[in-house]
Amino acid sequence: MVADHQIEHNSRLLIDIALAVPFVTAVVLYIGAAIVSSRYPHLRKWPLHRTIFWILGIFLAAISVIGPLAEQAHKDFTAHMTSHLLLGMTAPLLLVLAAPMTLLLRTLQTTSARRVSRYLKSRWVRFFSHPIVASILNIGGLWILYTTDVYTAMHQSVLIYIVVHVHIFLAGYLFTMSMIYVDPIAHRFGYAYRSIILVIALAGHGILAKSIYAAPPPGVPAEKAEAGGMLMYYGGDAVDLIIIFLLCLHWYRATAPRKMTLATE
Amino acid sequence: MASDTTSPKREPKHKNRSLYVKRNFWSGILFGMGLAAFVDETVFHQLLRWHHFYDKSTTDIGLISDGFFHAFSWFATVGGLFLLADVRRRNGLWLTRWWGGVLLGAGGFQLYDGIIQHKLMRLHQIRYVEDVLKYDLVWNMLAVIMIGAGLFLLYHTRRRPKKEEPVHGG
Repeated sequence: MVADHQIEHNSRLLIDIALAVPFVTAVVLYIGAAIVSSRYPHLRKWPLHRTIFWILGIFLAAISVIGPLAEQAHKDFTAHMTSHLLLGMTAPLLLVLAAPMTLLLRTLQTTSARRVSRYLKSRWVRFFSHPIVASILNIGGLWILYTTDVYTAMHQSVLIYIVVHVHIFLAGYLFTMSMIYVDPIAHRFGYAYRSIILVIALAGHGILAKSIYAAPPPGVPAEKAEAGGMLMYYGGDAVDLIIIFLLCLHWYRATAPRKMTLATE
Repeated sequence: MASDTTSPKREPKHKNRSLYVKRNFWSGILFGMGLAAFVDETVFHQLLRWHHFYDKSTTDIGLISDGFFHAFSWFATVGGLFLLADVRRRNGLWLTRWWGGVLLGAGGFQLYDGIIQHKLMRLHQIRYVEDVLKYDLVWNMLAVIMIGAGLFLLYHTRRRPKKEEPVHGG
């Protein structure tokens, strides 16, 4: 018995270490690029706060799939919702604020940087970073997860579990980067356009949260669904508030009057 | 924040307010709606716990309406305040008009919440007591009073004839 337990413990540890590799790699690469590109004579030092955003974002994404919180999330819906708020909203926001594409483009040599920027202008990137597409992928994906059998299937199949979590993270990132422009983005949409899509997407998130409260996903006990639904509703509000604030701030800056010579007819 | 965009001459703060009649109005409306929703959420949901997050009679359309109004009011609070900052940096602030907008926006939201969302869509009641009618009356009367006061202020700050404009000084 003890030996069995030990083996299980060891194999879990091994899986955790394997899962941690991409996260550690992301941090190492980012810090490496920040250091290298800050040495270029023609460039300014890469801002420290962006590096901190990146480390924090990767850390939050990592603890939502590795370690005690992730473990708890298998059994407890509230823990599951906490990890999803971290993986799908908080971590993506922090990572977007870390401007990884800007860092990549300034670190690479001109020819490779051009290739990357050509890729960023491609039809695929244009499609997936469209605010409406990103919103459907993000909010629509959540609707499918919680109102169909996917939620149950996810806890039975490792493959589905991984696909769902990768999707939640990527869709969250796409959604955030389609709403607030920190990195260069080739196909920009106006502030009013993005604001309207953002409000609709947030509404979809809020409605889903209350629906989870009202009708628990299969296999989730009512009181857990209620707590999870409320967490999704209010936790979502908190992160959304930051996205709204940043979008409005960018809008406010972009419409700054030139030297106030305007009203001197 | 806006100090770098104002001219060094220090123009009178309300110099341009007649140019921004509409923007003062919309800033007030947005912020008013957001404020009403915010008070509803913090005071009636969280502090008093009168409102319920969800109740069994909530209709689907009620959930959808709540979702949209909740999201919109969250955006409106922030957007309304940024618009206020914008008219200020353009020396176009007209506080009376802004308050008119706030009262109209808040009253309008509260009336919608009180009549459509609480009663028709049965989202939740104001308070779960036997005689909820009293609460409904006070709630909606208050909304009507806010709308009336807002309209009054807005009427008194409607666009004036061009000639009167440059009189106001700081």
